[in-house]
Amino acid sequence: MAPRIGVVVFPGSNCEHDVIQGVEAVGAEGVLLWHGDTRLDGVDAVVLPGGFAHGDYLRPGALARFSPVMDAVGDFARAGGPVVGICNGFQVLTEAGLLPGALQKNGRLRFLCQPARLVVASTSSVLTCEATVGDELVIPINHFSGNYTCDAATLERLRAEDRIVLRYADDENPNGSVDAIAGIANEAGNVVGLMPHPERASSTLLGSEDGLVLLRSLVSSAAVSAAA
Amino acid sequence: MRFRARVEVQLRPGIADPEGATIERALPALGFDGVAHVRAGRSFSFEVDAPDEGAARTTATQLADRLLANPVIEQSRLELEAI
Repeated sequence: MAPRIGVVVFPGSNCEHDVIQGVEAVGAEGVLLWHGDTRLDGVDAVVLPGGFAHGDYLRPGALARFSPVMDAVGDFARAGGPVVGICNGFQVLTEAGLLPGALQKNGRLRFLCQPARLVVASTSSVLTCEATVGDELVIPINHFSGNYTCDAATLERLRAEDRIVLRYADDENPNGSVDAIAGIANEAGNVVGLMPHPERASSTLLGSEDGLVLLRSLVSSAAVSAAA
Repeated sequence: MRFRARVEVQLRPGIADPEGATIERALPALGFDGVAHVRAGRSFSFEVDAPDEGAARTTATQLADRLLANPVIEQSRLELEAI
């Protein structure tokens, strides 16, 4: 049976259907979940998609963290279930304390909407397990607050524990992130946040298929989670 | 008793503040010289019903730390007055 991937819809999310289409292209069944629900409908993985949850009022992710569904997402994550936050979803995961650090306004205060060259830095995560360290991927970014920030001790831990999963390629760090970080994982590798949008690089029609390896990783992690 | 709280949220010292920096860079062009260390922030105000100032301060501080500021990168300052 195809693994079921739940995609949470907050008021203001706008990438949920793109994510569903992306994961279905690599063999999963996509299921929309409403932010006001308190259960996850038995899905095998959860994606918090891009957009502007709760209008990004206060700070991106600050209010989404209090949506009823987030308690269930937290329990699912702590039980080892695969959880991926893309763009606004990454911001929600940091605000919710499921990932360390914070996403600040981009350096130079520019809204960025462009393809970004990324390098896979770790394969110890549900989103990169089928990739290879050093792989270069071109995947679009589309954000104003993607400047990953954390204190020196957190950065040291992220490096030592191999939890930086994606970096912007050498000569690019479009938003000014610490250590050119584009995506990180939690200690167990089952919760991942990233600013680039793999679902927007899931077909040659969209200009790149480089996101498919990440979506395939997530779907195979969901299958493992379903079997457990 | 009712108290009016004003919470000011700013990025912590040492955290880059692109908004403050951009404002600072614009100042010389407007003829403002001798202004430095501009930091941007936000201000919130609300009213709290509480038995005394200590209780109001506790509520307002928790509210500021849990919601209004992200303690990873921001700090908050609270002013409270009885009304």
